[in-house]
Amino acid sequence: MSSLASAPLRNDPLETIRAKALWIRRRSFQMVYEAQLGHPGGDFSAADILATLYWGVLRFDPSQPNDPGRDRFVMSKGHCTGAFYSALAGAGYFPEELLSTYMQPLSKLNGHPNRNYLPGVETNTGPLGHGLPVSIGIAIAGQMDSAPFRTFVLTGDGELQEGSNWEAALNAGHRKLENLTLIIDRNRLQQGAGTEETASLDPLDDKWRAFGWHVEMVDGHDHQALYDVLSASPAGRGKPLCVIANTIKGKGVSFMHDNVSWHHGVPNKDQFEQAMRELV
Amino acid sequence: MSAATATAANLFDCRDSFSRTLESLAEADPRIVTVVSDSVGSSKLVNFRKRWPERMVNVGIAEQTVVAVGAGLANGGKVPFVSAASCFLTARALEQIKADIAYTNVNVKLIGQSSGIAYGELGPTHHSIEDLAWLRLLNNLTLIVPSDPWETEQAIRAAAAIDGPVFVRVSRMPVPAIERKVQKFEVGKAELLRDGDDLAIIANGVMVHRALAAAAALAADGIEARVVNMSTVNPLDEAAIIAAAETGAILTVEEHSVRGGLGGAVAEVITEHNPVAMHRMGFPGFLPTGSVEWLLEHYGLTPTGIAGAARTLIARKR
Repeated sequence: MSSLASAPLRNDPLETIRAKALWIRRRSFQMVYEAQLGHPGGDFSAADILATLYWGVLRFDPSQPNDPGRDRFVMSKGHCTGAFYSALAGAGYFPEELLSTYMQPLSKLNGHPNRNYLPGVETNTGPLGHGLPVSIGIAIAGQMDSAPFRTFVLTGDGELQEGSNWEAALNAGHRKLENLTLIIDRNRLQQGAGTEETASLDPLDDKWRAFGWHVEMVDGHDHQALYDVLSASPAGRGKPLCVIANTIKGKGVSFMHDNVSWHHGVPNKDQFEQAMRELV
Repeated sequence: MSAATATAANLFDCRDSFSRTLESLAEADPRIVTVVSDSVGSSKLVNFRKRWPERMVNVGIAEQTVVAVGAGLANGGKVPFVSAASCFLTARALEQIKADIAYTNVNVKLIGQSSGIAYGELGPTHHSIEDLAWLRLLNNLTLIVPSDPWETEQAIRAAAAIDGPVFVRVSRMPVPAIERKVQKFEVGKAELLRDGDDLAIIANGVMVHRALAAAAALAADGIEARVVNMSTVNPLDEAAIIAAAETGAILTVEEHSVRGGLGGAVAEVITEHNPVAMHRMGFPGFLPTGSVEWLLEHYGLTPTGIAGAARTLIARKR
């Protein structure tokens, strides 16, 4: 067994998580500004979740990205690579300088993540509804081996309109995959409109409970709440965990806040500078 | 010879060869697991389940999940054999095969069971005569279409030995064991089963024994047909195709649509290198109701039909 699983957690990671969440927002927005491409609204709704995972919860060694004992994190909302790549670089998987190549020709930082380009990517995502089913396979492998690693997957909420998630949900509940944690970035906006006016998801918690999952609802920007629910030991729960993280698309920048046009909107110079003044 | 079950008149069901080979591999390699979508019996994996219930994941009738779970199991260090009816496995889960398996490039084996027209009267929803066309486009994915029980065993062993994604197309249509002077299987290498210079018949899967019978009939008329077993469709043995074009005529025979499968692949190669007279035998598209034998007869996929097509093709040689 790897030494990773027995590595002690930091006593109080919350200060670090706060700082890294801010850094992810600033760094990812710079990537989007420079590339004039990206999904900054979803980067910002997920930033606190990613910071909590990488600086508080996941057990990993970036120099051994294929260590069998590592905790797995699957970024199912693969379009939010601004935040994801920032988190991976910040966590030490690759040099921060690489972030400035985001979506440039021949960059390893494709618009959607590719495991064969970058360490720390567990599976190639981009088409929605792929991360949870793959994560279930990882969790089953862990269950077969009684391995102590945990598997985390982050989906969007609009993404849950893909039927593949519900096939997978049925299986995770059936197999009582307590080593699996799904985090839903519940910002209530998909690319063109609200989830509830498109194909409504509520009552979302009841749906997951009906599929045999344990459900926790948290403020997805509250680091303490995220840390508490994600770092709690899954042992004995007997069910997979679904964390519905209520978030705000574009969280952190006033003019992007809960504004659907920032799903894949990109900033001009004035907007970028204003965002950098606000993100402090 | 593999220990496949003989059916009537020394015909074999290649699924038996698949499952027995897999059990033999699983005895030696504890990483091997099976993943099925309610397809235990149709994959002939009842005995595997009996021996290793903890090494079989049955996700229910859920092809997207069966493929994705395979990808996840590989991430977790397993060597998964995902086995399901080829029509549903490859069509319903095509995006999972593309993104989770081929593009991610994971060590997953996909077994397309009961492929081609083996479900006969059940009709085009259950036929899988498009699978090679849509899988052939995917990088990293090795495609093997074995012709008989022995080659099925070789294909399954080769798939297990490859560190990467492999699709093996396994038929339930009874076939005879092909007589081989040399038993040598190599992924990506065509097998020359009969030499000849009047034309080349390139076939794979359950069409190989029919092509050989057609060649024997042609020989009685003094026509020497080369018979090439192109069991690996990806990577394609282009050298064998270019060599076959030297006969001046190529006839492809496959239990698949004539569009995009083996015939399409061969046509792509000879068009660029040495355009010669060519004819593709297979199916035109969605098929009418009929038994397996009726459909094969109707579309000329019999020794007589293949020999007839060969004579017509030779007349077109320049």
